Amino acid sequence: MAVDVAIALNRFGLGAIPGIPVAANPKHWLLDQLEKFEAAPARISALPPSRELVLAVRELGMERRERKSKAATQDAQAETAEKQLNGYRKAVRDQYVKAVDARMGVALASTNSFAERLVHFWANHFALSIDKIAIVGLAGSFEFEAIRPHILGNFADLLRASTWHPAMLLYLDQAQSIGPNSPLAKRVGARSNREIGLNENLAREILELHTLGDRSAYSQADVTEFARPMTGLTVGGLGRARIQRLVGSDAKPGEAIFVDALHEPGTRRICGRAYAQGGAKALSAIISDLARHPATARHIAFKLARHFIADDPPVSLVAKLEANFLKTGGDLPSLYRTLVEAPESWVPQQAKFKSPWEWTISALRALSITAIPGKAQAAVALFNQMGQPVWKPGSPKGYGDTAADWAGPAGLMRRVETAGRFAKLAANRVDARNLGTAILPGSLTAATAEHIARAESPEQGLALLLVSPEFLRR
Amino acid sequence: MIDRRRLILSGLAGTSLALTPRFAFAAADTDRRFIFVIQRGAADGLGVLAPVGDPAFASARGDLAANAADGAKLDSLFTLHPQMTASATLFRQKQAAFYHAIASGYRERSHFDGQNLLETAGTRPYGRDDGWMNRLLSLLPKGESKALALATAIPPALRGPVSVSSYAPSRLPDANAALMERVAMLYAEDAQLAPLWTSATQTEAMAGGIDPSAGRGGVAAGKLVASLMAGADGARIAMVETGGWDTHINQEGRLGTALKGVDELVDTLRTELGPVWAKTLVLVATEFGRTVHVNGTRGTDHGTASAAMLFGGGLAKGGKIIADWPGLSPSQLYEGRDLKPTMRFENMVIAALSAHYGIDPERLRRSVFPDFPDMS
Repeated sequence: MAVDVAIALNRFGLGAIPGIPVAANPKHWLLDQLEKFEAAPARISALPPSRELVLAVRELGMERRERKSKAATQDAQAETAEKQLNGYRKAVRDQYVKAVDARMGVALASTNSFAERLVHFWANHFALSIDKIAIVGLAGSFEFEAIRPHILGNFADLLRASTWHPAMLLYLDQAQSIGPNSPLAKRVGARSNREIGLNENLAREILELHTLGDRSAYSQADVTEFARPMTGLTVGGLGRARIQRLVGSDAKPGEAIFVDALHEPGTRRICGRAYAQGGAKALSAIISDLARHPATARHIAFKLARHFIADDPPVSLVAKLEANFLKTGGDLPSLYRTLVEAPESWVPQQAKFKSPWEWTISALRALSITAIPGKAQAAVALFNQMGQPVWKPGSPKGYGDTAADWAGPAGLMRRVETAGRFAKLAANRVDARNLGTAILPGSLTAATAEHIARAESPEQGLALLLVSPEFLRR
Repeated sequence: MIDRRRLILSGLAGTSLALTPRFAFAAADTDRRFIFVIQRGAADGLGVLAPVGDPAFASARGDLAANAADGAKLDSLFTLHPQMTASATLFRQKQAAFYHAIASGYRERSHFDGQNLLETAGTRPYGRDDGWMNRLLSLLPKGESKALALATAIPPALRGPVSVSSYAPSRLPDANAALMERVAMLYAEDAQLAPLWTSATQTEAMAGGIDPSAGRGGVAAGKLVASLMAGADGARIAMVETGGWDTHINQEGRLGTALKGVDELVDTLRTELGPVWAKTLVLVATEFGRTVHVNGTRGTDHGTASAAMLFGGGLAKGGKIIADWPGLSPSQLYEGRDLKPTMRFENMVIAALSAHYGIDPERLRRSVFPDFPDMS
C-alpha cells in the first residue's frame, strides 16, 4: 500500500528524498537499513575525537583561569583571564558548530534514515545539554563515539559506552566524585578536605533516566549506594592538579579511566542485589544488571513506542517490546525488528507531531537541500530559532517527545516562516504538486493537494506543502 | 480625491489585515502632510541610533555593538544603523532629526498597553477611546472632502469623533502575508492546528512581530502612500503600521531588515511626493525600547526609552540629534536594565506639530494632548 511507504519514510525514517526509491516491501526496506548503517560516515570521522577535545580544554586551562580571574586583584590580570576565557569559549563553540553541521549533513543525505533516527532517539535518551560550558565542544563527540557505534548492539553496551564517555562524566560531575574512604581520601585526610567527596549526579540519572526510570524500582538509598562503586570513574588528565599528582591519573589523558585510588571500598547492595567489592569489574557487573532489569525493559519499551508510534502508545505494542527486551536481554536489533513488525506501528493515522528537529530535517530532505546557505553558524542558528537547539535540552532528561512539547502557536509560526524561506531556495526547480505525492504517497489528502495546486506561486505551493498537516505529523 | 478603484472595499478577512502593513488616511483642508510610521513591537533605539561614544556601549552590547561602526557617524556620540543610508543623507541635508532616550509616560513592558498609550496619549492604557492624531484633525481646518469609507479597523491613534477611513491595499508585494492567509485556509478543518494558528496570528499581530518581510515592502508602501497623498485632493494625514521590531532572537538581521524597510519608505515618500515633500512631516516612533544588555539568544527584551525620528523637506530642527543622554553605565540604567527616559514623546510631538502647522504649542497641547501636563 502506498500509505505504508509514507509511514516507512516519515514515521520510521527522517522523510523522503525525492528520487531515492523505497523497496517494494517497506518493512524489509527499514530492516535492511540497519544492515547498511554507517557508524562513522566521512563527515563525522573527519572531526577530532573527544580525547583531543578534552585535552584542548585542559590546555586552555579554563578552570584554572576562571579561578584566577576571580582572585585577580589587578584589572590587567582580570582582563587577560577574561581574554583567555573568551578564547576558550570561541574554540569550543567552533567545535560545536562543526559537530552540528556534521550531524545535520549526515541526516540530510542519509539513505538509512531509520537508523539515523535511532541515533537521534538514543542521543536524546542519554541526553547532554551544552548549558554546561565544559561540554559545549564535546557534545557532538558523545553522540558520534558513545551512541552511533552502539545503536545496533546490546543495550548494556550502549549504556556502558555512555557512562564511560568523558562528556558524560564531565556533564554529570562523575569526574569529580571521590570515595570518602578511598585510598586517596585516607592519604589526604578526607573529612577536612572539601575537594573530596561523593557526587551522586551521574548515579542518579543512570537509575532515573537511563535505565530503571523515574519513580520505579529504586530508592534514594540505592542512588547513594550506586554512587559509591562508581567512584574511580573519571577523566584522565583533567582533574584538579593536586589530585592528579596524588593519584598519577595522567595515564590516558582525555579518556575515561578507572582510578582505583579514588574508589570507595566495600561490598554493595543495589536494588536488592549484593555485589562483592571489585573496583571497575564490580561496577561493570552493576551496569549490566541495571541494563537488563525488568524496570529498564519497561522504560525503554515505552520510550521507543512513544517516539515512533504515538504519544500514548498502544499498550499491546509496549508489552511486545518489553517482552522482547527481556527475552533477548536487551538486544537492540531484535527490539527494532519487533517494532517494525508490529501491526500497531502501521496504522495510517498520523499520531506523532514532528519535533522542530524532525520537521526541519524532513523539510530540507524533501527539497533536496543538503546544507543551509549562509554563515558558518547557519545550522546552529536555524535550530535555535526553531526552538530546539541541538544538544541543548536544558537538562539530562532530554527533549520531550510528545505533541504537548512542540505543538504551540509560536512554534507553528516559526515553521510557517521557515517554510517560506526554504521554499525560496527551491522554488525554481521543484514543483510542489508533484513533490507532494512523491514525499507523502497515499497520505496527502485531496484537500491539501488542492490548496497546494491553487497556490499563487510555486514558492507558496512548496511552503504550504511543508506546513501541511500531513507534513507536520508522521 | 483618491481613486476608489485602486482600493479594495471589502472582502479582507480580519486575519489577513492583521498581517499586512496597514494605512489609514484622513483628509483635511491644509496643504501640509503628516505621516506617522508606528513601529509596533518595540524598536531597539540603541540599535537604530547607536551611542558608540558612550564608554559603556560596546561592553553592554557585545556582538550587537559590532556593526554599529559601519553606520554613518552623526556626531561624537551617535552613529545611525548601517541599513539607514537614505536617512543618513537626509540628516546631512537637514531633512531629518533624531531623538534619543525618549519615551511616552508608559513604564510597564506590554506591547499592547504601550502602543495604546503611545497612540491615545491618555493617562493609562485604554483610558481614552480617541487617539491624538484624530484630535489633531479636529484642530486643522475642515476640508471639503470627506474621509474615505473603506473596510478595516482604524488604529487607535486615528480613532475618535472626526471621521477617518482606513483600508489595506489589495495586494502588497509581501509573499509572507499571503502565505499566512493561505495557511489559515489550509488548517481550517484541522482540529489541532486551526486553533493553534488563530492563536499564533493573534498573538504576533498584537506584538507586531509577525511580519519579518515588512522591510521589503518599504518602497511599495512608500509609493502607495505617496500616490494617495501627493495630489491636491489627496489625504493630508496618514498612519503606516510596521512590524518586525520585537527582536528577542537574533536581532542583528531582523532589525536591519525592518530598518531598511523604514529607510526605503521614507526615501520613497521623498522622491514620490516631489514638491509636496517640502510640506511633509514624517514621524517614526515605537511604544518603548529594549534592554541595554543582549539576552541569551542574541536579541534584546522589552525595555523603556528608545529613539524616535522626524523627516521632512522643511524640518524645523533638521540635521540635529536631540538627546539629554543619560548614559549606559549600570548605575544610570532605568531599573538597572533599560535606557533611562529623559525626554517625553508627547513634548517632542507637540513641538514638531506646532512648528509644522504653525499652531501655538500650548493650544496644540490642550487640544491634542489634553492629558499631558501643561508646559508653562
